[in-house]
Amino acid sequence: MSEKPTSDVLNRRRFLGAAGLGAAGLAGAGSMLPSLAAKAGEAAKPDPAITEIQDWNRYLGDGVDKRPYGVPSKFEKDVIRRDVSWLTASPESSVNFTPLHALDGIITPSGLCFERHHGGVAEIDPAQHRLMIHGLVDTPLVFTMDDIKRMPRVNKIYFLECAANSGMEWRGAQLNGCQFTHGMIHNVMYTGVTLKTLLEQAGVKSNAKWLLLEGADSAGMDRSLPLEKALDDVMIAYAMNGEALRPENGYPLRAVIPGWQGNLWVKWLRRIEVGDMPWQTREETSKYTDLMSDGRARKHTFVMDAKSVITSPSPQMPLKFKGRNVLTGIAWSGRGTVKRVDVSMDGGRNWYEARIDGPVLNKSIVRFYVDFDWNGEELMLQSRAIDETGYVQPTKAELRKIRGVNSVYHNNGIQTWLVHPDGVTENVEIA
Amino acid sequence: MSKSLKALAGFAVVAVMTLPLAQAGAEHKRGHKAKDTVKEAKAPAQAAVPIAPPASVKLGLGRPALPEEIAAWDIDVRPDGQGLPPGRGTAKEGDALFQEKCSTCHGEFGEGVGRYPVLSGGHGTLKADRPDKTIGSYWPDATTVYDYVRHAMPFGNARSLSNDEIYALTAYILNMNDVIKDQDFELNQNNLAKVKMPNADGFYEDDRDTAEKAFWNKNPCMKDCGPAPKVIGRAIAVDVTPDEKAGPKVD
Repeated sequence: MSEKPTSDVLNRRRFLGAAGLGAAGLAGAGSMLPSLAAKAGEAAKPDPAITEIQDWNRYLGDGVDKRPYGVPSKFEKDVIRRDVSWLTASPESSVNFTPLHALDGIITPSGLCFERHHGGVAEIDPAQHRLMIHGLVDTPLVFTMDDIKRMPRVNKIYFLECAANSGMEWRGAQLNGCQFTHGMIHNVMYTGVTLKTLLEQAGVKSNAKWLLLEGADSAGMDRSLPLEKALDDVMIAYAMNGEALRPENGYPLRAVIPGWQGNLWVKWLRRIEVGDMPWQTREETSKYTDLMSDGRARKHTFVMDAKSVITSPSPQMPLKFKGRNVLTGIAWSGRGTVKRVDVSMDGGRNWYEARIDGPVLNKSIVRFYVDFDWNGEELMLQSRAIDETGYVQPTKAELRKIRGVNSVYHNNGIQTWLVHPDGVTENVEIA
Repeated sequence: MSKSLKALAGFAVVAVMTLPLAQAGAEHKRGHKAKDTVKEAKAPAQAAVPIAPPASVKLGLGRPALPEEIAAWDIDVRPDGQGLPPGRGTAKEGDALFQEKCSTCHGEFGEGVGRYPVLSGGHGTLKADRPDKTIGSYWPDATTVYDYVRHAMPFGNARSLSNDEIYALTAYILNMNDVIKDQDFELNQNNLAKVKMPNADGFYEDDRDTAEKAFWNKNPCMKDCGPAPKVIGRAIAVDVTPDEKAGPKVD
């Protein structure tokens, strides 16, 4: 590689240095900025985007009521959730993917949060929705949505990742785009009540150890949750990003299980049973257990390990310019906050600490950046998250050495994007 | 009523609502009375006072669940048999039901249609390169079949089966997996939890904290970490990524 990738600090120093050299320095910098260099060589033509009066500058735009619940610009029509039709038997029991490559910051827009349903989207009238708590409690209770909204509220930002995120990549590079390899994740602010508050209303008996959470959808999704986690940080939420939950995200009520696999975050939540042992439901036996190479399987693998991915450049976001570029990505950990993210541009031989910008919150996505110069050399981009417990995101080879390739879930291995000299970027496996 | 009087009346009602919740019902009526009083006497009302966030407190919200309500929703079944409803069924009875209600997706013998789940076979494949994780080869508990069918099946017509029908279907599924050998064996609430599944002992608790402790590493390599990497696989060679242009239309 002719040009060493630089961290932001190094890069800024170089730019300052170049500026200090005056005209000669700028000419040198020109080689890194071909668009400017080209313009300098020829007679500059006026840009019609500037010299011609545009329609939007002359004619009236839409009035205030045209978009009463706003929609994105029509020019963003490609920024959408996408599915992989061959993955599942039917769209009602399927998944689609958050367009991570096109997003920035740490909050996922509500309309782009990936969906995973088992019996389609339940369309529930909130006036008809009930939450029941029963089992090992002093008083079995029924709550309406109004009851729940009269309880003390909390606001928290958490990531929600499907345990099968990147699961198609266990045996090798398969899908060409971080939307597909890593898009079963989103990060939003939830508003709701703590599960602790709800359980206290019913009075949990001393021999209680597990809860069963059950949805009101046609799959009647049910999963067992340890009481200890329930009393720690679990929320029952009715709003995300300031608005009511979207139907596809569990309207009117869902479970929020911070840092733990998305399957536990039961949507359209209607029932919580308190018990003293797990229920061994289909979702926690036939699915969401991790089959090891010895034929045995790990169960109750709830925590999502530290993980990261570079969202741009990536296969759907090829490099378009030589010279100055911004590399960006996201990192997260189910065990707490992300402490550091390293980025490599040579397939893991050399690493540079990326700049994390924006809020760094417990069990939330963080956003990282590396500003770098690119001369058209081949790059093998990787990112590596390190969380507050000292967990370092492993390579795929390290993961496979322990788990084999039949595990399906919890693939948090380091992703590699190969950037070609023409900027085309693809998902590759390296060794 | 003038604007200011309306505001005062509103305050009066809010103030009443902040009284201890046990009295809220009784006070509610008085709230309306207070409104009238304000109108007539123009007495200043006391503003609402915030309630301290309760540490562990009965909020007086929600109501007791009635036994018939719990019965209507309490449909889960545990490995120890808790939750199994009264009822019975045999594999022979389940066969006809399965063909009618399940075979479109799962095939006549649970072999699966298209990408719908395969329910039988797969024995001895869990260490193989492509394991078949079926009810017979993988599921640790027979009760899970009952629980899942009762919650979610048939796909698109959930909660439509009787308890006896679910016993019969469970028997058929266990029979095609050779877990229940006799087609006429009656499965019921007393014996389902006793059925031993082939892979019952194939699971252990999450041990990542110990088995993967090498991933906790204070000083990961930063410089000259191993030989130059080589590309050994490419997603575009597999060519299964959906085409960008084939995405749904958005207007």
